[in-house]
Amino acid sequence: MTVSQSAFRSALLDGAEPVPDGLIDGLKRPAGRRYNVYRNNVAVSLTEALREGFPVVTKLLGQQNMDGLAGLFLRAHPPQSPLMMFYGASFPAFVAQMPQLQHLGYLGDVARLELALRSSYHAADTAPIDPATLGSLTPKALMAARLTLAPAVRHLRSIWPVHSLWRFNTEPGAPKPKPQAEDVVILRPEFDPMPHLLPAGGGAFIDALRTGATLGAAHDAALAETPQFDLTPVLALLIDGGAICALN
Amino acid sequence: MSNTMKTLAVAGAVAAALVGQTTTASAQAKEKCYGVSLAGQNDCAAGPGTTCAGTSTVDYQGNAWTLVDAGTCAEIDLPDGRIGSLEALDRDLPS
Repeated sequence: MTVSQSAFRSALLDGAEPVPDGLIDGLKRPAGRRYNVYRNNVAVSLTEALREGFPVVTKLLGQQNMDGLAGLFLRAHPPQSPLMMFYGASFPAFVAQMPQLQHLGYLGDVARLELALRSSYHAADTAPIDPATLGSLTPKALMAARLTLAPAVRHLRSIWPVHSLWRFNTEPGAPKPKPQAEDVVILRPEFDPMPHLLPAGGGAFIDALRTGATLGAAHDAALAETPQFDLTPVLALLIDGGAICALN
Repeated sequence: MSNTMKTLAVAGAVAAALVGQTTTASAQAKEKCYGVSLAGQNDCAAGPGTTCAGTSTVDYQGNAWTLVDAGTCAEIDLPDGRIGSLEALDRDLPS
């Protein structure tokens, strides 16, 4: 082959670019049409990867619109890594800023949720703490305790009903989404990550835990945002989901 | 809320969460159930570049699994007298 790698690559994601010079087949004949086949396969396989990684966004947009959007995205954001399971990390932000999709304001957050589910799946395993350890602390020690969340835990806060939208489009017979803000925590107690709706204030509570706040300070942070914040269901969710992997 | 009140509220919430835990944990336990997935619908969130999700090609494929509530695997109603299993099955394999 007498074509350089950079020339081969530069025309790969732009169908308007001419086929690079110097491509030949086994009999040393010009092989330009083969390049077009290859170029098309690259775009098609990246489109398929995005469809597979964002099934709910695909469902909400319809496959034809999704394929058009994927075509724009894959040319602006080609893979940074050969690991396809991580492809599409910048897709949620791309979706959120698309002028043509501003009427679907929630789409970027739905994409964020789908990406978070995928990254939770690929996160490291850890054993959760024995919940009884929490119960053995004195009230004062509990206030000063810091909880470390498992690597597979993800949470996101949305001004849209992002959890209800996800459920409505993945679970047969799920209730219709209501117009409300929703915070979601993704837990992976066993094999597969599941998104759970957080009660009001739960998002602020987990935000605080993530920044290293003590249980007492995180409780305060949640109360500051939601005066009627109830810690019990949030803690029960985290314990059931095996989300707490260390206690200091 | 005073600091004492807050301390009691947190301790109470922890205690309540732990009490609920023993009952909900068993209810939420999942098990891998083989032979009950419809084609292309077996569970997996691994995403693109993996061969895990949606790879079963026939309905109720014996070696494809889906997560179900613990204890319910063998109770799932399947057509033609098939029964789900906790072990991989050699029925309904793609030819």
